[in-house]
Amino acid sequence: MSLITLANVNVRLGGRTVLEDVSLALEPGEIVTIVGPNGSGKSTLLRTIIGAIKPSDGMVLRQKGLKIGYVPQKLHIDPTLPLTVRRFLSLPKRVSDDDAHTALHDAGAGHLCHHQMTDLSGGQFQRVLLARALLSNPDLLILDEATQGLDQPGSADFYTQIEAVRRDKGCAILMVSHELHVVMAASDRVICLNGHVCCHGTPEHVASAPEYRALFGNGTHGALALYRHEHSHEHCDHDHDHAPQIGAHTDEEQSA
Amino acid sequence: MSLLDDFMVRAILAGLGLVIAAAPLGCFVVWRRMAYFGDATAHAAILGVALALAFNVSIFAGVLVVALIMALAVSSLNGRGFAMDTLLGVMAHSSLAFGLVAVSFVHGVRVDLMAYLFGDILAVGRSDLAVIWVGAALVSGLLYWRWSALLTATLNPDLAMASGVSPKREQLILSLALALVVAVAIKVVGTLLIAAMLLIPAAAARPFARTPERMAVIAMVIGGIAIFGGIEGAFAFDTPTGPTIVCVAALLFTLANLVRVLRGQSAR
Repeated sequence: MSLITLANVNVRLGGRTVLEDVSLALEPGEIVTIVGPNGSGKSTLLRTIIGAIKPSDGMVLRQKGLKIGYVPQKLHIDPTLPLTVRRFLSLPKRVSDDDAHTALHDAGAGHLCHHQMTDLSGGQFQRVLLARALLSNPDLLILDEATQGLDQPGSADFYTQIEAVRRDKGCAILMVSHELHVVMAASDRVICLNGHVCCHGTPEHVASAPEYRALFGNGTHGALALYRHEHSHEHCDHDHDHAPQIGAHTDEEQSA
Repeated sequence: MSLLDDFMVRAILAGLGLVIAAAPLGCFVVWRRMAYFGDATAHAAILGVALALAFNVSIFAGVLVVALIMALAVSSLNGRGFAMDTLLGVMAHSSLAFGLVAVSFVHGVRVDLMAYLFGDILAVGRSDLAVIWVGAALVSGLLYWRWSALLTATLNPDLAMASGVSPKREQLILSLALALVVAVAIKVVGTLLIAAMLLIPAAAARPFARTPERMAVIAMVIGGIAIFGGIEGAFAFDTPTGPTIVCVAALLFTLANLVRVLRGQSAR
């Protein structure tokens, strides 16, 4: 059954409709990437999924007991707050040293344990955020533009790490990228969002233009694939069923 | 005869009680950049004093209620068209003004407002001491209980949300704790100096701390030194006690930052 199902979700923020009639379902173990231009509602969609925003219309159904690991887009830590990486991992629940070291190792940040959070570089910071998200043994890992501010080898490394995490832990992964041309080759599905779901399907399906596909796939450790999707509003053929799967064991969260 | 008969001992115990609650709470005020929030709540307390006198209820209750309403109003109005600092400025000054006007309507009572603005720690009696320590125990208990959740919510609201912590609830808990501290502290250091005792020890502790917990503990120690030094200093130099305490805290803050500069850490 689906981990998360969104059925005809509308979100209005400050009088503006940010998301319109968005329906999607996430299955266990799959990697789904959301792409779309700036302001297309990608972060809003993620925040709706984690429950930080209530939809103004429609339903968000979560599998009962679903554990979500969330890697935010950007985390500003106020310099007045002293915080070591180790202490950060114990928020909000205390974790054992063994678990902390395992998570840091899995995220490729094993050597950073005793650093101050404010002293980390962008790439180190994202790895620590990933480690923290892994600590809860999530069924679903959500990454909001996790590679923003990283250079290309940096983000390629990071994506390789993500793939390794999925391989080892088997958790589903939902990622956002605002870079239309950078999508993981390992994505099982790509959802193209522009206020509404424009198009979704396999990366190959979404990147239907073969002349562009010839350019990608092989470079940068094979972790990055490039694809180009013209934003005409002619919708692609959908090869996934939009109908929400409503199971018996779902938590229901319905907006007014 | 007991130790508590000595007004100096009572004053120091009252101050230490305040510090135990105010220092860790002050850390959150610093981390969340809520410095003006403490200020505004403290100003609102004067309105509470006036209302308490008018309705003939205890000052503690009046201040607690008004400070709480103020805190709730600010946290619910936040993000609805006004920037936080504007909102706090408007509410702080208007509640202080309304409080002063309201006091003038209270007939037959001669109110020494100076006592509430600056407090009089040397006049603390046994029952005040009990109120302060019960209040301090409540606040520090509340902070200890919610510590991790508060810290997570302070770090990032979305991160908190994803790990099952409601940022709104934690904000509410902080507001409650702040209102309690103000209500407890109004007698000891007065409204104008509460914000100082919240902020300065926490800010002075920052250069020495590597974890949030250590910062809270160091802030308590610094606050304690300020109380002790301030009371002794006021006695020695015949100066007003509340302001002397804050002066000592400010000197400690300066010293702490000098140490940091000498250690060669980057200025932040």
